[in-house]
Amino acid sequence: MKELIIIRVVARLMIPFIQLFALYVIAHGELGPGGGFQGGVILGASFILHVLAFGLEESRRRLSEKVTDLLNPAGLLLFAGIGLICLIGGGMYLEYDRLPVTANPILASQLGIYGIEIGVGITVAAIMVTLFFEMAHRHDD
Amino acid sequence: MIDFFLLFFLVISAIFAVTTRDILSSVIVLGSYSLVMAVLWTRFNSVDVAFTEAAVGAGITTFLLIAALSRTLRIEEEPEIRESVFPLFQRLKNLLPLFVVLATGAVLVYSTLDMPSFGDPKAPANLHVAPYYIEKSVPETGVVNFVTAILASYRGYDTLGEVTVIFTAGICVILLIRRRKR
Repeated sequence: MKELIIIRVVARLMIPFIQLFALYVIAHGELGPGGGFQGGVILGASFILHVLAFGLEESRRRLSEKVTDLLNPAGLLLFAGIGLICLIGGGMYLEYDRLPVTANPILASQLGIYGIEIGVGITVAAIMVTLFFEMAHRHDD
Repeated sequence: MIDFFLLFFLVISAIFAVTTRDILSSVIVLGSYSLVMAVLWTRFNSVDVAFTEAAVGAGITTFLLIAALSRTLRIEEEPEIRESVFPLFQRLKNLLPLFVVLATGAVLVYSTLDMPSFGDPKAPANLHVAPYYIEKSVPETGVVNFVTAILASYRGYDTLGEVTVIFTAGICVILLIRRRKR
């Protein structure tokens, strides 16, 4: 595996920046282009780069099956949960203005949108990683 | 002018991706197709779509298709050519798809003649709900990017449905492909 040294060094340098950019895209969806979906895809792509550089075994050691399996529904539940919390505040499902965390409807709406973007990002990133992990060929097949 | 070159490149890469028998290079060409498409979306001022196209089309789809390809053959098999009893009839049958495609293309091009010019503020599509979103989305939701405001707030149910679709796809892959330890 000595011929992979350039790929590994470059990947090791780039992965933190890609992940930071992905988090920026998720967090910045309200102000500029991007949002949970795009950021989640970029976050998933950073893990796929790790797989390409270091192999499936090493990546699964860093990010175990259990973690991605938990994160898959976690993001969706966060999204649906924010919708349910809006019901507690007296609004309709996903009516963020009525989130019972603050009296200011604009701030509540911003918080709700922020929350669901994070939920979308978590689910999309975890699913992309899961898809790649499961579809990549294992040589012991 | 640059639009012309980009569109020309799109057509060339699309033709190549369809005709080549090497599926791996077809996948890679589709990746560059998506990248050029993303540049075109940016030139149409739809940066959110461009971003999605670059991240999903050029990035993750290429990865996923190559991963799927690692489980199958790289080179597509040559189609079997059977000798027909009536050569003339066979040749007409081979030409039929071309006629269908040309006729459909002609109808589509003819219908674009009636379409409003690009970005026309008087176009019906720009007069229906778009002014409402442009005027009301910032005071109502407090989100500056109104594409995000529409996706997350006004069309929240659709986004929830989309995430559910992605989640379901992941669950299906886990159920179908994952090997369980026995």
